Parts: sequence; C-alpha cells; structure tokens
Amino acid sequence: MLITDTIKMSLKNLRVNKMRSFLTMLGIIIGISSVILITSLVAGAESLIVNQIQGIGSNIIGVLPGASEEDGPPAAVFGVVITTLKEADVQAIKDQIPHISAGSAYLTSTEIITTGSQKTTVSVFGVDPDYPDISETSTDSGHFLTLEDKAAAARVAVLGSQAADDLFNGQNAIGQKIKIRQDQYTIIGTMKSQGTVGFQNVDNAVFIPITTTQKRILGIDYIGFARFKVDSQDNIAETIGAIEELLRDRHDISNPKEDDFTVSSTDSALAVLGTVTGALNLFLVAIAGISLIVGGIGIMNIMLAAVTERIREIGLRKAVGATSANITTQFLIETVIITFLGAIIGMLIGIFFAFLVSLGVNSFDYDWDFVITPTSIIISSLFALIIGLSFGVYPARKAAGYDPITALRYE
Amino acid sequence: MTELLKVIDLKKQYENDEIVTKVLHGVSFNIDEGEFVAIMGPSGSGKSTLMHIMGFLDKLTTGKYIFKGVDTSNLSDDQMAEYRNFDIGFVFQSFNLLPRTSVFDNVKLPLSYAQNPGDITAKVKQAIAAVGLNHRINNLSNQLSGGEKQRVAIARALVNDPALIFADEPTGNLDSKTGGQVMRILQTLNKRGKTIILVTHEKYTAEHAHRIIKIKDGLVEEDLQVANHIEIKDGDELIK
Repeated sequence: MLITDTIKMSLKNLRVNKMRSFLTMLGIIIGISSVILITSLVAGAESLIVNQIQGIGSNIIGVLPGASEEDGPPAAVFGVVITTLKEADVQAIKDQIPHISAGSAYLTSTEIITTGSQKTTVSVFGVDPDYPDISETSTDSGHFLTLEDKAAAARVAVLGSQAADDLFNGQNAIGQKIKIRQDQYTIIGTMKSQGTVGFQNVDNAVFIPITTTQKRILGIDYIGFARFKVDSQDNIAETIGAIEELLRDRHDISNPKEDDFTVSSTDSALAVLGTVTGALNLFLVAIAGISLIVGGIGIMNIMLAAVTERIREIGLRKAVGATSANITTQFLIETVIITFLGAIIGMLIGIFFAFLVSLGVNSFDYDWDFVITPTSIIISSLFALIIGLSFGVYPARKAAGYDPITALRYE
Repeated sequence: MTELLKVIDLKKQYENDEIVTKVLHGVSFNIDEGEFVAIMGPSGSGKSTLMHIMGFLDKLTTGKYIFKGVDTSNLSDDQMAEYRNFDIGFVFQSFNLLPRTSVFDNVKLPLSYAQNPGDITAKVKQAIAAVGLNHRINNLSNQLSGGEKQRVAIARALVNDPALIFADEPTGNLDSKTGGQVMRILQTLNKRGKTIILVTHEKYTAEHAHRIIKIKDGLVEEDLQVANHIEIKDGDELIK
C-alpha cells in the first residue's frame, strides 16, 4: 500500500477523533515539552550564573568564612553567620602574598536611607578602597573611598548609579548628606552603572568603608567575605594555596580538614557549576524520559482499543487484498504519526514556555540566555520515534494477526 | 465456455481445543467463466465456508481447488491475499464500507494494495459509474442510504476487474426496492461477462441466478440450471 495513502488515512483518523487523538498524544506532549523546557531552563540558568560570576571580574579569588563542604558551597552562602574571618586577615593577605594586585573585605546589609524628603531601600556595601579595581568599575563623579576614610571609619558614602538617581533625580549628589540609621554620611562620589553582579544589584547600592559598616552600622568585628584580584590567571592556583597557608597560620589550624574558611576562584566556581548543571540536566531529563515512557504506554493502550474498534475494517482490508505486513505497517505508521505530532506539539509548547521564562527573567535585568539546544530537539525526536515504534509494534501485530473471516464477522 | 474454477472432493474441518467440527464433507463442481451461480443452503450448511475457501479467505483441509487452471490448494497467506486482491471481489451483506470515508476512497481501497494499480482515478470512476453513483463520488459513506452503500460495495468489488465476484447475501440488509436495484446491477455485470457467485439462503434470491448449487450438511445436494431465472428490469422490486 502506498505510504502516502497510509499517512493520509492516519491523519484522517486523527482528525475524526480529535479529542481522543489529543488525549493519546498528551503523554508525549508533556514528556517532550518537559525535556525541551528543562534543558532550556538549565542552560538558561547556567548562562545566568556564568554571566553573574564573570561579572564579578576576572582572576578573582574569593575567601569565605566557614569550611567548604565536600563538593558543596560553604555555609556562608546559605546565610549562616560565621565570625572567624577578620579585616586583619584581609590586610595580611594583601601585605604578605605576592601576585595580589587588589583586595577588599565585604560586608553587606540592607538599609533604608533618607535624604530630606526622599527615602529608598538599598544594599549597603562595606568595602575597601580597592573595590573599583576588583569589580573593574570606576566612579562617575567625585572619587571612591580612600585609605584615610577607612582608617577613620569615616561617615562618607559613594552612591551606586540607581541609588543616586532615586535620591537626587540626576542633580549633583557630591557633598550632599544622606542618613543611614541614625548617622549622617557625606556623599563623596557616584559609581558608573554596572547592573547585577554576583546576583547583587550594585547600582542600587551605597558603598561605605568596611570599618564604618563594622562599627557604626552592624557593630561587629568580622567580615562577610573577601575578594582578591590576582595579577595573572597563571598565578591563581599558587595564590589560593598561599592564602590558605597564611590563613591556617593566622587561625592556628594545623589540619587542612579543620579549615574555618574557604578559598576559591571564579574559575573553580564555574567548573563546579558545570558539573552541577550537568548532573541536574541528566536527572531532570531522566524524569522527563519516564513521562515519555508513560506516554508511550498510553499510546499503546489507545492503539489497542483502536485495533479492537476497527477489527471489521481490518477484516475488510484483508478481504480486498491487504497482507499482514500491510496491516502492520498501517497501524505502526499511525502510532508513529501520533507520537511524532505529539512530539512536535510538545516541542513548540516547550520552546514557547522556555521563551516566556527567558523574557520574564530578562525583564528583571538578568542576563538569561534563551537557549534551545539542537541536542534536545534531536534527542526528543528520536525518543518519540523509538517510543512510537516500540509501543506501536504490539497493537500493529495484533491487528495484522486477525483472521479475515473472524474479523469481518466481528460485532 | 472456459472453466474458471473447479473444486474436487473438497473437505473442510475446524479444530478447536481438540474438538473437530466437519463442515464440508467432500464437495465437487466446476464453474465456467461468465456464469451466474447461486450457492444456496440453510445456515450451517457450509455454504459460507465454501465461499471463503473459493474466495481465498480460508484454506481447505483436503481436496483440491483449481483456479484458472492452477492448483491453489496450498497457498501461503500472502499468496492468498494476492489472489483476493487481483482475482476476487467481495460484496458483503453488511456492506463493510470504511466509515467516514468518501465513496471514491472506499472504492479505491483494493487498488491501494494492488501491485500494479494502473490509472487509479480512471478505474475508480469507471467502477462508480458502473453502479450509477457518479453524483455521490465525494460523499462520505455514512451519508449514503443502504442501497447506495451496497452499490459502493459492488463498485469496490469491481474496481480491480476481478475474474470472480462473490456476493454474500447482498440483499439481506436491504428493502425489496433497493434489493432489486442491487440484483439488477449484478445481472447487468454478469451480462457484460463477469462471473458472479451469489451466496444466499433464500430461494427467491437464488432464482435470479442461472444456476443453483444447493448445499446441505456439507455436501452438494443439488446442482441445477435455472430454466426461467428472474430477470430484473429497471425499477423492479426484489420479488419475495
């Protein structure tokens, strides 16, 4: 029998039973759209994280308080307060370890700042004068914090571009006063816009000396974390080792397993990210694969019902000369067409939702790439084909196996 | 006339869970090309089984079935399918049209399985014209009346230009008027040279044929020429 005839007939059968066809395909639609959506979301999330980490700057080493869990991020990432890392540690690293061109301790807190009638909520960053070097940024007007400001724990502030806009509406902010908690701060500079970096909006931020943050705002003697810029990528590994040794020495730690700090570079963070997203991808795709198999079973079920419903048709086809192979082919093609249509609809739905997510995330000023990998398309098409064939064989063979006389007489 | 088929001491028995049911006990006759034969018998006589074997839908147990001079007693399933496609046309009591499918596509069906179908459209149109349904060619099968459905079934049986057409109780589901139309078409086809085997349990239907082979209890009870067979004219009803 002509293959085009069979395809036409299958499409007709699908059209005639629209609702049933749709329900039959639903499992495949959900399965394929999940595969496409999931792989796209993982790729998008990865791009987002990569963009954020790379935004921190190149050749950056981060020091976080608290030990690193095996293969996992340090506790500080989850907001656990650890008080072991001090400003003096940062200073010692900068003073004693070669290849470090800049370094800064960081403390962040969210504060409401006011000026006259204006009021806004910002992130307050306690940093060192080295901050612009590390983040590869600079002031837009005025100047950044100085060593003197730091030494004196001065009440001076540099505004992020958005904070400056919110508070002063484009007017010159230099020399103006803002109030953070109960203290007045003099604005000495404003920063160029940088967007979100390391998942923090550094435009809606105020930078004040780390010492000021410790003494006047938070009343603590430790720091949140520190970042150091290394002069060359080749020296990163060596520098990480040197920092670890120095900190162990300063913290009286002899066994590296008892480290109360974690030193890592953005490169190693990206490498960890790669393995995490890879595993996540596999895991999620495996779940989607299970739903595809469930969809395949659904298709087999419906096809078996269709075979029973069409026994007389099978009998007639045989009576007019169809061979068993003809009948097998016909039902197999029908199953493959159903799965393939389901796969195409699933792909379109998956792509559509992936696109919606990327639109949504990008509207929050994050760099989320809309990624549809050809691999995910190819794999899901192949998978649909395999499912259509393997779950279609049984009903098709059952159909072909009917004796024409019995089939013709079937009521 | 040339001999079309010959059955020689044909026997058929079914075995189900060691229970053997003998249906045909040794049937012999031959049919020439161009004959209009009625195989008649009460239900359970074995006439349907005989039709199935002669129509290559079923296999005989012992005996011989010579078709067009070839012994076809031991064919494979695929060979039987080829014979059904090329040499046989079936008209069933219950029409057996594909539901929600156009008249054209229904009639076309046998050509879909043909090795060398030739000009499909021309053949389909010719077969539909032969049963007078040109105006219905694009209608769906479920939009047709019973008589029209049976005419579509006849067109389908004709489309491959088979050597032999089996009509299995073709008027069984029809009123006498449409039954008359169907009989007239079969008689017309026979006049044009088609060999037709009518299977029925009704005497008056069988009397439209030129020869009646009566089957009873798996044997040929009587094989006689009908001296004055009923000739149906246009508009005649099937006389009961």
